[in-house]
Amino acid sequence: MKRAFPILAVLTAGFLGYAGYQALFVAPTDQMQGDVYRIIYYHVPSAWTSFVFFFTNFVASIVYLVRRNPKADAIAVSAAELGVVFCTIVLVTGPIWARPVWGIWWTWDWRLTSTLVMWLIYVSYLVLRRFSTGGQAPVLAAVLAVIGALDIPLVYFSIWFFRTQHPQPVIGEGGSVDPRMLHVWLINWAAFLCLGGLVFWARYRVETMQQEVDETEALESLLQPGGSR
Amino acid sequence: MNKAPNITAATLVKDIRLEWRSKDAINAMLFFSLLVVVIFSFAFDPRAEESRQIVGGLVWVAFLFAAVVALNQTWARELRNQVLDAYRVSPAPANSIFLAKALGNFLFVVILEGLMTPLFVVFYNLRALGPVWQMVPVAALGTWALVVNGTFFSAMSLRTRSREIMLPLLLFPISIPALLAMVRATSAVLTGEESTSFWIALLVAYDVVFTIVSLFLFETVLQAE
Repeated sequence: MKRAFPILAVLTAGFLGYAGYQALFVAPTDQMQGDVYRIIYYHVPSAWTSFVFFFTNFVASIVYLVRRNPKADAIAVSAAELGVVFCTIVLVTGPIWARPVWGIWWTWDWRLTSTLVMWLIYVSYLVLRRFSTGGQAPVLAAVLAVIGALDIPLVYFSIWFFRTQHPQPVIGEGGSVDPRMLHVWLINWAAFLCLGGLVFWARYRVETMQQEVDETEALESLLQPGGSR
Repeated sequence: MNKAPNITAATLVKDIRLEWRSKDAINAMLFFSLLVVVIFSFAFDPRAEESRQIVGGLVWVAFLFAAVVALNQTWARELRNQVLDAYRVSPAPANSIFLAKALGNFLFVVILEGLMTPLFVVFYNLRALGPVWQMVPVAALGTWALVVNGTFFSAMSLRTRSREIMLPLLLFPISIPALLAMVRATSAVLTGEESTSFWIALLVAYDVVFTIVSLFLFETVLQAE
């Protein structure tokens, strides 16, 4: 960790710089929106990265419930925190783009609303972790993570039926995206994933160390003459 | 020997008897939702045409907030005299206790709805333009959605600091699809402009998913150490 982390950090910073350069200077300007659209190279990769982390949280929580492995819990909490961070980036960059293009900061369209609800669900997960104490915190959090992940399809489906205004996804429907834009998009996603992975690694290390500290403290208080503190 | 349905029935009868003698939850919920009705009347002008559009949301928000009052007491009441610990060491299946609690809460909230609905109708001059009978499945499925998740999260928040605040923080985000379905279906019945079938189907899906998940995970929550 000590030697590899700075090297990887420098590499990731370089990659991010390259991706930012691609997004700002190489990608062609959008015909309809002009340069404003370039924020999409931060917005969409962040959204995809947050989905990756929320999914990681879901899988790690199931593994924790089955195996009760503290490492799975450390992965779950780190992934949830990073997912919330990237989801926050999505929710902040969205309105910045929407103001000049749509003329409004926010609208209760289905994608915006369901992303906000997803963000709320994972914030409640983090609040639960903060408020629950002792050894039951990971169990309760894992249970909530499973329930929250199962809720998300219902959230998307119900709100989708309710209203629609967001620009429809343009990838995979052929034609409308310049291949150079798609290329830059994927480069940016890769860069964001590297950044997320790097921070995730650091956060995971901190969490496992914290677990060791807690365990040692619990042991020491048991071994002390006179019983628990 | 005692089978799971018997344990469920016994726990349910015990809870109903407790509530019948104390009337804590029902009284608190009734007064609370009455306050919500009055306060909302200041938030907008309760005339017939507008209220038909808005009241679907208002009714369910009032019932949701009121239900939290009852849900918070569900398990907290068992902390006295270490009843909860007795549940945990007893060989009774955890799920039968959970079902009894959920059914009890369902009953209390349904009684609340039965008492409060006429008041809403009178105060907001409601006259439904759609098929009123469809409110029965909407109310039943919607109430079960709130109560099954609420009972589950109430047991979870029991294990945290400041548990009374924790329950709504967990319950509200997860309940958003169910709440949306209840509100839209109620508005559809009141305005008579659209069909409720999609929202009823969504409520059925929500109820099935979360009833199964709750039964699957409740033992884990009850025994969490």
